[in-house]
Amino acid sequence: MTTTHERPVGFGRMARKEDARFVRGHGTYVDDVRLPGMLHGAILRSPLAHARIVSIDTSAAEAHPKVKAVITGETLAGLGLAWMPTLSYDTEAVLATDKVRFQGQEVAFVVAEDRYAARDALELIDVEYEPLPAVVDARRALDPDAPLIRDDKDHQTDNHIFDWSAGDEERTDAVFEAADVVVEQDMLYPRVHPAPLETCGTVADMDAITGKLTVWSTTQAPHAHRTIYAMVAGIPEHKIRIISPDIGGGFGNKVGIYPGYVCAVVGSIVTGKPVKWVEDRSENLMSTSFARDYHMHGGIAATNDGKILGLRVQVTADHGAFNATAQPTKFPAGFFGVFTGSYDLSAAHCAVTGVYTNKAPGGVAYACSFRVTEAVYLVERMVDLLADRLGTDPAELRMRNLLRPEQFPYHTQTGWEYDSGDYPRALRQAMDIAHYEDLRREQAEKRERGELMGIGVSFFTEAVGAGPRKHMDILGLGMADGAELRVHPTGKAVLRISVQSQGQGHETTFAQIVSEELGIPAEDVEVVHGDTDQTPFGLGTYGSRSTPVSGAATAMVARKVRERAKIVASAMLEVSPDDLEWEKGRWHVAGDPDQGRNMTEIALAAHSDLELPEGVEGQLDATCVYNPPNLTFPFGAYICVADVDPDTGVVKVRRFVAVDDCGNRINPTIVEGQVHGGLADGLGMALMQVIAFDEEGNCLGGSFMDYLLPTSVECPSWELGETVTPSPHHPIGAKGIGESATVGSPAAVVNAVVDALKPLGVHHVDMPLTPAAVWRAAQGRPLRTDLAIT
Amino acid sequence: MQVPAAFQYERAASLEQAIELLTRYGPEARVVAGGHSLLPMMKLRLAQPEALIDINGLGELALIRVDGHDLAVGAMVRHAELLASPVVGEHFPILRDAERVIADPLVRNRGTVGGSLCQADPSEDLSAAFSALRATLVAQGPGGRRTIGIRDFFLGPYETALNDAELLVEIRVPIRSHASAYRKVERRVGDWAVVAAGAVLEISGGVVTEAGIGLTAVGAPRFVAEGAEDFLRGRRPDEDVFAEAGRIASQECRPTADQRGPVDYKRHLAGELTTRALRTAAARAQGQEA
Amino acid sequence: MRITVTVNGEQCTRDVEPRLLLVHFLRDELGLTGTHWGCDTSNCGVCTVWLDGTPVKSCTVLAVMADGHEVSTVEGLAHGAELDPVQQGFVACHGLQCGFCTPGMMMTARWLLDHNADPSEEDIREAVSGQMCRCTGYENIVRSIRWAAEHGGGARTTDTATEPAPAREEEVRA
Repeated sequence: MTTTHERPVGFGRMARKEDARFVRGHGTYVDDVRLPGMLHGAILRSPLAHARIVSIDTSAAEAHPKVKAVITGETLAGLGLAWMPTLSYDTEAVLATDKVRFQGQEVAFVVAEDRYAARDALELIDVEYEPLPAVVDARRALDPDAPLIRDDKDHQTDNHIFDWSAGDEERTDAVFEAADVVVEQDMLYPRVHPAPLETCGTVADMDAITGKLTVWSTTQAPHAHRTIYAMVAGIPEHKIRIISPDIGGGFGNKVGIYPGYVCAVVGSIVTGKPVKWVEDRSENLMSTSFARDYHMHGGIAATNDGKILGLRVQVTADHGAFNATAQPTKFPAGFFGVFTGSYDLSAAHCAVTGVYTNKAPGGVAYACSFRVTEAVYLVERMVDLLADRLGTDPAELRMRNLLRPEQFPYHTQTGWEYDSGDYPRALRQAMDIAHYEDLRREQAEKRERGELMGIGVSFFTEAVGAGPRKHMDILGLGMADGAELRVHPTGKAVLRISVQSQGQGHETTFAQIVSEELGIPAEDVEVVHGDTDQTPFGLGTYGSRSTPVSGAATAMVARKVRERAKIVASAMLEVSPDDLEWEKGRWHVAGDPDQGRNMTEIALAAHSDLELPEGVEGQLDATCVYNPPNLTFPFGAYICVADVDPDTGVVKVRRFVAVDDCGNRINPTIVEGQVHGGLADGLGMALMQVIAFDEEGNCLGGSFMDYLLPTSVECPSWELGETVTPSPHHPIGAKGIGESATVGSPAAVVNAVVDALKPLGVHHVDMPLTPAAVWRAAQGRPLRTDLAIT
Repeated sequence: MQVPAAFQYERAASLEQAIELLTRYGPEARVVAGGHSLLPMMKLRLAQPEALIDINGLGELALIRVDGHDLAVGAMVRHAELLASPVVGEHFPILRDAERVIADPLVRNRGTVGGSLCQADPSEDLSAAFSALRATLVAQGPGGRRTIGIRDFFLGPYETALNDAELLVEIRVPIRSHASAYRKVERRVGDWAVVAAGAVLEISGGVVTEAGIGLTAVGAPRFVAEGAEDFLRGRRPDEDVFAEAGRIASQECRPTADQRGPVDYKRHLAGELTTRALRTAAARAQGQEA
Repeated sequence: MRITVTVNGEQCTRDVEPRLLLVHFLRDELGLTGTHWGCDTSNCGVCTVWLDGTPVKSCTVLAVMADGHEVSTVEGLAHGAELDPVQQGFVACHGLQCGFCTPGMMMTARWLLDHNADPSEEDIREAVSGQMCRCTGYENIVRSIRWAAEHGGGARTTDTATEPAPAREEEVRA
């Protein structure tokens, strides 16, 4: 282990600046915020998945001595706030007025003196429901007799949300028609939940005198939240301040605005006091953004000698009761279009149909890079199925079909331009670390003895850093990010960024970017983030976009400051700026390195009485908005080794090798940490995580007793490798790493387990690979993992 | 986070006082020891007792003793203490096996042996392990002490033979020459059992003279597989016999489907794990750790 | 009900409802917000503190149960300005990202090292298996605790540095 005590100027391993507070227990998370006179909110939720609300009686709750207000949908309707826009131009009930549409939907909000009393008062609210049949199975949502969920919407006559497609259907069908081999498979990427350990919550404080609303909130996108609050509530945007303090993990769960946040704001307006609302774990799992829930039918076409020709897939996408998915407007299926993966194909086509069901809304969250996770899973399972059919080694088949370095920038069949890559090198490295040939020999020996050992390979291409404004917006807000940098007179600096950390270490890595560009120590750069009053506008941290977008903004703003410093230095040295050369931290006269000024000297001079050229302002600061020209495309090769007990179905992941290429690495220690976490995420999804529903729409994953997260025991010691292929269009050649491992690892785990089960004639098992699911697959009677097991 | 509804809280300073409090509050009172079953249910408001009687102060219930030929485990002994006890490890590997897979280390630091049994959760591990061992439970009530055979203790899910004002004080297991093991399949470490099986074998002259088979999470009546036990008695402890005992055990249980698995899988596991536990116990009887 | 709990060596007396959870007593009554909560079902372990020297999940202990007892939290881990080796290890090995599970992880790590000065990777994984981390994949948590063991972290309380097992087999409080 390389520890992180080195203190580089610029990129390299260094200990995180934020750790000092966290290891002392001095972080400030939303539930740590305590304001004078603060009240506490609690939400009454629907016990039913689909029901008409007949009546709500709040009188007993209102009579509770500690209750200050009870808010219902009717109260909100009076304020025009009963419904709010979702991030996908749908509407979502803040508090239900007409019907409840999923179990756990928000029905009433109680404000009380303390959290215990607020919880007690929920018991005193009497709601009469008229139950309706629920739509649980996405595959049945468009049946003619399916109950209509969104009867609140004019012109909505069924549960259809959208159809979206990419690629050339006709050409793809022709390729399939002519191919030697076609393999098809139904597969489910079940509904999962990001489950950050800190649940979602808000402290809302409306100052009645100044009219200023301050909201401490678990948000990955404080600026977007501010704009949406302004649009929804009609509060002038400059009178809203969103503070995203320390966040206990996000993983996409904290992108959207949840009804509880709006209720807390209304509660503060109504009572004139600050109101805190923090959801409990069941509320988090049952009502906030889920992820995946893609029912896919994939096909792959190839020649007999293993040249992959085409891919096609049809998807039924379960978006729950409200289409609240957070993704760029023009991409209702996110970036699923990159399902062509890392291979050179002749044709590809996908068609996605989004449907409403009586389940929690959301649709994209959880470290998935806007559905790249589903896309990678699809293609990597299909390639393994093809290898199985052809009797070819799956690593060998991939090696034969991977894009070659000289093909970049590569234009895919579905319209993406991959920026850079050396795919075979990454796969070779993974195979070397794993000792792939030895593993295959060991497997053959074990199979002789009837033991089940599997080796799973996956190769992924990520698509991150959304994105070019021309193509990408959320609710009309372009996905560019700002940065502001000011160097103080003594050479210390403050950087203000629009993205927000949920644990990624922005206070360290963004300081390192400035450090790299200006040559001042990272310790001397304060990074301000997560407060809309103190930072420039930007769309926030998700989709692995911090480094690709905001990191680029930071590099660019530092370069602007460097250019200003050049002018100051030229005035100090009384030479033309054109005669100066940059060395890290210092401008000097070209050809005369002794004649120079370092950043500390320049900073002081910039604030001094030094005479500057006409039109050059003093001081040393700059602002920048970075509009990315393209996405960045990190990639990697993963190999998983798993043992399966055939008599119990128990899977043990023994080894996991991950070779990631995220371009240049700002802080390799942090990059590796991101990979470790993503691998555990992927392993969890592959083996145990699922939010299933019974036929009445009851959520069967509503607590950590039922929704299982991996522990230290299930996780192997991750074995990492790296290659570095810089992004050609990114200022520092970085590509982003936040979600790569989550995107790439589930397929490796599933491929390993299916490989282990191969002697039993198993070709596919849907996630999660619980002991029961594995055993039943081995029996030839697979389980439907998204529904109640009967 | 979730919080319990209000209740009266009483701290018992002695066993007698605990029983007095139980008598006074009646059936709406609950005893709290480690609280790791009860408090989560109270937070989720699945349980709303009017009074809690805290027996954490009753040090006399927190002993692991060898009393004559018996191991006596106080009801307030924490899981971690049972796991760490050398005498338990030496004579009752089934308990050590079970404790290693009960919840997680932190829960085991707080949760108690007596609490686990009294909760009578149909997926509880110690209920199966002690049932396989044919433990005797000592209860104390207003009328004094009585003993209850563990196989008469569990009346059904969450239901025991304890009377309202009665308190479990001790679990007694005879120390004799036997071998034992416990095998569990769980979806993830710390989860409740999908299925688990415990086996106790007394072997003399090359044949099984007594057998105990405990099963949890499969609806086995009183957590045991009596038919399999009957079958084992008088037979040679070999692989075929263990396989047949497993088959019988799997037929004796009445699993229900849930997200841990369908009925056929659980039934299969009941047999498989019974066989494995028997195999391990027999190996241990031969002095082999398995 | 009036209770007195010794928290990080300091006696704290408060009037509380019997139903107040220890985690809320620490956070809301004493302002010790380093101890977090993350679930309602005793699964996640981010609320881990010591009760009388043993790590427990403070969301599943009533504050009244701690009356007259000793509680240690993350805020008491450092020795003045000097971080405990466990804290140093977490910084040195990037053992935390969002920091939410970290206090609980470190409390268990401290306890483990007090009882096993040289734990194996497997020992460490077992010790923290009741505590979830969503960020690190546990890799660097394991390394952090090993780092602490290798940097004098195993010897803080020598008088309790024994196996957590009873000394005698008869008539002992196990």
